[in-house]
Amino acid sequence: VMNRTLSRKLLGSMCGISSRRLSFAQSAVNTLIKSRELEKDELRPLYMDFQATTPMDPRVLDAMLPYQVNYYGNPHSRTHAYGWESETAMEKARKQVADLIGADPREIVFTSGGVARFYKAKKNHIITTQTEHKCVLDSCRILEAEGFEVTYLPVKNNGLIDLKQLQETIRPDTSLVSIMTINNEIGVKQPIKEIGHLCRSKNVFFHTDAAQAVGKIPINVNDCKVDLMSISGHKIYGPKGVGALYVRRRPRVRIEPLQNGGGQERGLRSGTVPTPLVVGLGAACEIAQQELEYDHKCVTVLANRLVQKIVSEIPDVVMNGDPDQRYPGCVNLSFAYVEGESLLMALKDVALSSGRSVKDYNYTTGDLMHMTFFFVRFGIGRFTTDEEVDYTVEKRIQQVKRLREMSPLWEMVQEGIDLKSIKWTQH
Amino acid sequence: MAASSREHVLSLYRLLLKESEKFPSYNYRTYALRRVRDAFRENRTVEDPEVVKELLNRARDSLALIQRQVCVGKMYEIQKTVVEQEEEKSA
Repeated sequence: VMNRTLSRKLLGSMCGISSRRLSFAQSAVNTLIKSRELEKDELRPLYMDFQATTPMDPRVLDAMLPYQVNYYGNPHSRTHAYGWESETAMEKARKQVADLIGADPREIVFTSGGVARFYKAKKNHIITTQTEHKCVLDSCRILEAEGFEVTYLPVKNNGLIDLKQLQETIRPDTSLVSIMTINNEIGVKQPIKEIGHLCRSKNVFFHTDAAQAVGKIPINVNDCKVDLMSISGHKIYGPKGVGALYVRRRPRVRIEPLQNGGGQERGLRSGTVPTPLVVGLGAACEIAQQELEYDHKCVTVLANRLVQKIVSEIPDVVMNGDPDQRYPGCVNLSFAYVEGESLLMALKDVALSSGRSVKDYNYTTGDLMHMTFFFVRFGIGRFTTDEEVDYTVEKRIQQVKRLREMSPLWEMVQEGIDLKSIKWTQH
Repeated sequence: MAASSREHVLSLYRLLLKESEKFPSYNYRTYALRRVRDAFRENRTVEDPEVVKELLNRARDSLALIQRQVCVGKMYEIQKTVVEQEEEKSA
């Protein structure tokens, strides 16, 4: 309460940059590309946006359908077979999710997506990063309004957080650290194990948003000393509208319920558990565990192919994020000297995510220190094929070459003019 | 026994591939074909009859699953993807 206005102003400007980065990019895209549905005889674009959402695996749909058609009982009904079979399915799904992350089934709470939760504790300092997902950042802002103090840690140039900085930021009144495992924009993998051990040693709860990581890299909540973990169904080839929250039992993590009411899910998230959706989530987790190695191998090969081809054909391409500590399936490339809007318009035959990002924002004066650069995010997943990657790469290379020919900046660079030495005049 | 079991495995393999070809969705079709081939290739050297029996059961379940999902896919068909048109052109 004391320094709320001051801290909010300071944190607001820091927070503004990261959420602005995400929403700014999105609004830029939305205004330029007119959204319309495909015509009947028009060809469908290739899907290369696996970080946004994933198609359902046929095996998941197959597991879900019986519960949409015949086994429609409420899992909380205790008096008849419909309820019992539904409950059995729900508990089986719980075990499948728990097995994937090395948890106990009693520690899994089904939710309606990867939502962040509210915590009430005597200690009211929270640490998170500037590159968290928008939902986490928004929740933090609401928490600030409730009297919590939130520190938004900056990330290094390669997208990873600085462990030393985190250690210094942890105070005696820090109750929670929230850092996502794999970033959905650039694919960097944070050092979760080290962060977990650090937090445990300082008696601070550690929450990680593992929506992009679960089922793609091996995660064990006990190895990494994670206390809370968010899982999202539709990022791991499962259904949309369901997720799970891992809440550690030993040592006990106390959280406030998000939804009050009938007391389902240990009182943490009331409301009838949607059996078909959780069955789907469980099946998706089991499949992910079986296919983890195979998928990882395929995705790595395809990602390398994509990057090698692009980098060998066109110069001045930057891959954002640390080259080693990353998930290969999320390739975020920036093409220098290319006019952003034009590249956006040309992307209609492949479903990609793209946007602008701001580098070096001066917090005190609010100036943009560097020019905005334009990035394209290629998402590679379980179902991506060689042909899709080749097609995408070919088209992108063509477009970038064409746009560069039209770009005056590119001409200047080709002539050997150093752009930094140019004095830009304002009109 | 070994000879018929080998034929059995091969016939299951061919059936799985034949069914997988029928997926209307480009991504599901290519994935199923690739996964079936790689799974059979990976388990080529398995000797233990118990393990073989288990794997064959899984293969049979997968076959039934693929047949059902092919049906579902056919019920809700949509346009082809850009890459498929190129395949048809070159074929």
